[in-house]
Amino acid sequence: MSPDTQSTTIPRHVRHGSNAGQPVSRRDGVLKVTGAATYAADNHPEGMLHAVIVPSTIARGRVRSLDVSAAKAHPGIVEVITPENRIPLHFDPNDKMPPFGFRVEVLQDDSVRYVNQPIAVVVAETLEAATEGARLLAPRYEEELPRTDLDNGERYDAEAVGVGAPAVTTAGDIDAGFAAATRVTEAEYYTPPQYHNAMEPHAVVAEWNGDHLTLDMPNQALRMSAASYAQYFGIPVENVLIRSPFLGGGFGSKAILNGPQILGILAARQVGRPVKLVLTRAQMYGPVGHRGRTWQKLRLGTDAEGKLTALHHTSIGATSSFDDFVEPAANTSLMLYASPAIRADHKGLRLDIGTPGPMRAPGEASGSAALEVAIDEAAQACGMDPLAFRLANYAETEPTSGRPYSSKALRECYEQGAASFGWSNRPLEPGTMRDENGFLVGWGMGTAVFPCPQFPAEARATLRADGTALVETGGVDMGQGAWTALAQLAAEALGLDLDQVEFHSGRSDLPDGGVAGGSGHTASAGQALSNAGSDVIAQLSEIAVNDPDSPLFGAGNIGVVAGEGRLYRRDDETRSETYAEILARAGRAELVGSGKSGRDPASADRFAMNSHGAVFAEVKVDPALMQVKVTRLVGAFAAGRVINPKLVRSQYYGGMIWGISFALQEEALADRRTGRIMNADLAEYHVPVNADVPEMEAILVPEVDPHVSPLGIKGVGEIGVTGTVGAIANAVWHATGIRVRKYPIRLEDLLARR
Amino acid sequence: MNRFDYIKPASVSEAVTEAARPGSAYLAAGTNMLDLMKVGVVGPERIIDVTGLPGLADIEWLTDGSVRIGALVRNSDLAYDTRFAETFPMVAEALLSGASAQLRNAATVGGNLMQRTRCAYFLDPASACNKREPGSGCDAREGENRLHAVIGFTEHCIAVHPSDFCVPLVALGAEVEVESLDGKRTIPLAEFHLLPGDTPHVETALRPGELITGLKLPAQAAAFSGHARYLKLRERTSYAFAVVSAAAALDMADGRIRQARIALGGVAAKPWRAEEAEASLVGAEASPSVFARAGEIALAGAHPSGSNAFKIELARRIVARALALALEGTPEAMPALPASPFSTLSGETSGVAHVA
Repeated sequence: MSPDTQSTTIPRHVRHGSNAGQPVSRRDGVLKVTGAATYAADNHPEGMLHAVIVPSTIARGRVRSLDVSAAKAHPGIVEVITPENRIPLHFDPNDKMPPFGFRVEVLQDDSVRYVNQPIAVVVAETLEAATEGARLLAPRYEEELPRTDLDNGERYDAEAVGVGAPAVTTAGDIDAGFAAATRVTEAEYYTPPQYHNAMEPHAVVAEWNGDHLTLDMPNQALRMSAASYAQYFGIPVENVLIRSPFLGGGFGSKAILNGPQILGILAARQVGRPVKLVLTRAQMYGPVGHRGRTWQKLRLGTDAEGKLTALHHTSIGATSSFDDFVEPAANTSLMLYASPAIRADHKGLRLDIGTPGPMRAPGEASGSAALEVAIDEAAQACGMDPLAFRLANYAETEPTSGRPYSSKALRECYEQGAASFGWSNRPLEPGTMRDENGFLVGWGMGTAVFPCPQFPAEARATLRADGTALVETGGVDMGQGAWTALAQLAAEALGLDLDQVEFHSGRSDLPDGGVAGGSGHTASAGQALSNAGSDVIAQLSEIAVNDPDSPLFGAGNIGVVAGEGRLYRRDDETRSETYAEILARAGRAELVGSGKSGRDPASADRFAMNSHGAVFAEVKVDPALMQVKVTRLVGAFAAGRVINPKLVRSQYYGGMIWGISFALQEEALADRRTGRIMNADLAEYHVPVNADVPEMEAILVPEVDPHVSPLGIKGVGEIGVTGTVGAIANAVWHATGIRVRKYPIRLEDLLARR
Repeated sequence: MNRFDYIKPASVSEAVTEAARPGSAYLAAGTNMLDLMKVGVVGPERIIDVTGLPGLADIEWLTDGSVRIGALVRNSDLAYDTRFAETFPMVAEALLSGASAQLRNAATVGGNLMQRTRCAYFLDPASACNKREPGSGCDAREGENRLHAVIGFTEHCIAVHPSDFCVPLVALGAEVEVESLDGKRTIPLAEFHLLPGDTPHVETALRPGELITGLKLPAQAAAFSGHARYLKLRERTSYAFAVVSAAAALDMADGRIRQARIALGGVAAKPWRAEEAEASLVGAEASPSVFARAGEIALAGAHPSGSNAFKIELARRIVARALALALEGTPEAMPALPASPFSTLSGETSGVAHVA
């Protein structure tokens, strides 16, 4: 069940003038807390079989044997799919599917390239039978020594980092910058492998009907994925339907095609029955991406006034042996601080691991975790308050290009965040604050930054004879609130109350809602919906002002405004008419409008565009046991127009909690001999529990941006992670005087030096 | 699926009769064992579900002041039993510092004693583990072992026992009541869990088929109720196993320590009672220096089994801290973050009476 089939559960919205800007509770909330929301794996078509992946337990080598006959002899087993019998694909999985596809492992051969790579698929009448069949395959391997770390991986010059970002960028004369410095601070930082760990694992329920394919799957990019599956299976794109009304978290891992989901679809094709395939938690540590490890080095030159003369950020990013996704960590240094010379460069490191991928704030999270500590260290070296140091190096224009910002209320973020936190009372020296219980207290800060892309998207709006509307786009709600915020934007454009608008979303057969990624979904799908609504209102106005029987007749030059389901003459609001009346007189059953989204190329060229923020953290540290607890977090963010402040605050909170996780808890522990992840479950791979989450404040700093898009929306989904990680690390230093340059910060890092 | 027989006996005698057959395993809440079955670490052929056994879910106060806790008493029921929490406050605090509320509502006293190590190599059937597969080796020794043992380990096994509950219990001299076809017997908890030696797969003193029916805490353990704390260092504030933990209890008379109890968690294959450290305190005037010395003595035989030397220093310090907190006195109410060094941070309490 999804919101578009359950409109009666939508709470009536109390309207105060406008739909957009209201803190409407999420429309899918009741469905979710009552268990009525159907996720992909809840779908059980008639005759469905269960498929399980057989994951490799070695990182490098080949599969020598699988005991297929033992598995097939087990009751309930329908098929065992191996490289020997798997049906052919129409696209080579060793090629990269444009635009964002990765090379995938779908049983194309017997080679093993990382731990948890699928090496077979077992299909059975029950999940239990399939699971036992997988065990009975008892794989034997020819093992090679895996490359698992900096000292045995192969370094190479990456052509690009992240999704097509430059690997090397230089602005200004970096050598001259360091020569001009009175002080140079230099340090190395490490970020560990992290896994998305969305609450909902990757799943697919695939049903073939001839050459038509219906997929229930969590997916952040419906149309793009449908097109990719069509190519893999050699069918027309219009034959693929993806239904994805809800995602139990995505964080980037559900935006890119992966081997297991293709194998689930392939299994359904091969056995001729619907198939469900769900990854276990442990199986998510490999084939569906992760945040790759980085080894970063930062070198900052400063002059006597504490102004940067040079900033050099280098990062080595781990990727797989067969594909390239190098965390674009160093590029964060291109976005934030003014310096006459800046250089960001990357190297790749080939390891026998699954290919990393984008994970919430890819690049910015890891890069900011290092940069913000380096900035703190430079401020310390200059004897300056970290906020004063950041203000002294405030970038009034984009540091590398000199382009103006489309908008940048970062100074206001600093001011409002610092005021709410009480930053001005912070002593410069570390280790000087204690609370009434004797705990060490430290205050740290970090600057948050994230780009604000706008992607192509399309939408349709239909005004019905009764004056209500249907709006449609293939949007994606992965928990961020698209069902709500996108509907608010459509209702706003249509001049209707939210409950007069039926919103269809989450399917690939709707107009292309674009990608829910890069923190750009509201700005993209929302703009398309808004334009579609405006299109309908324009058509309706045209009818009304040309209809001699309408009170709005002849208002063409003056114009009309839409609101509460009526059109009003702009200069005389006593003259108005309902949508239903206009349509009835015109004999129109409905009006259909369409809208698109896409950034104006001229604006994109002229302006630098980012969301910004400032995060302030307080930690307490036990002076003997060195246990750390984050006790306060204040974030102030400026991200253009806010459509739903309640949902936006939730995004900031979630991002900041992720920052706690990055700074103090998260790390996948790979055994360096085997590459096996030794904590691939949520008991041992730590993410915060409620008791780890302190008092938090998210300040929504007003920002009007006329250039990013007509609606002026930036993005809020990822920025909260950036800034927070460094703020916490800096607070730990301020509490203890100990600078930890690796994440997560652990007990022993502090204990060893105290 | 791997098939097994499921047997639900109606009496203890029926249960122990069934369990006498090879390949049998008792099942209570299953909060640990079912997980292990799912990943293939254990695979019993016959499961004897003991949850229906009568008379094992009571907390019984005996006339001599001792208490008998049935093996099927739930962790949360025991922790929230007012008289129990007042009499043995550090046991209640340890219980509430473990797992999650959902797990505590299910997990049983007997099952807690039987929980298996969290060593990643034990939990990974693709790794060598002498505990899981005798003679296969120990992949933890050169592996991810920062949380492994610093006392009592051997080259055959460096795993630690994960229980919080057992730490204050061993400090207070608890006894385990067991029953089998051969009759009933009582095993001191200190002798219940075994160090690995060269047989790390033998984890307890239980004989094949023996059923834990209850736990006993002696009357004299109540002497510590006014000065008893459990303290646990962990890598997130709840739902995490201990890096190291300590139970510390003092019996004070005229500013001097009449007797002391100290046990450590997360350092060895068993909850580790530090009797020499306890002895060092007897008759002493409580002070930071005697507590620090007790910490030194408690860890005197410790050495790293891997990249875990920090745990030794941490364990010394946590002993000293737990003793200092015990000296301050048992808190009047259960701290909102039980056993956390930060338990003083919040003014809220979890509502458990906790008065001596």
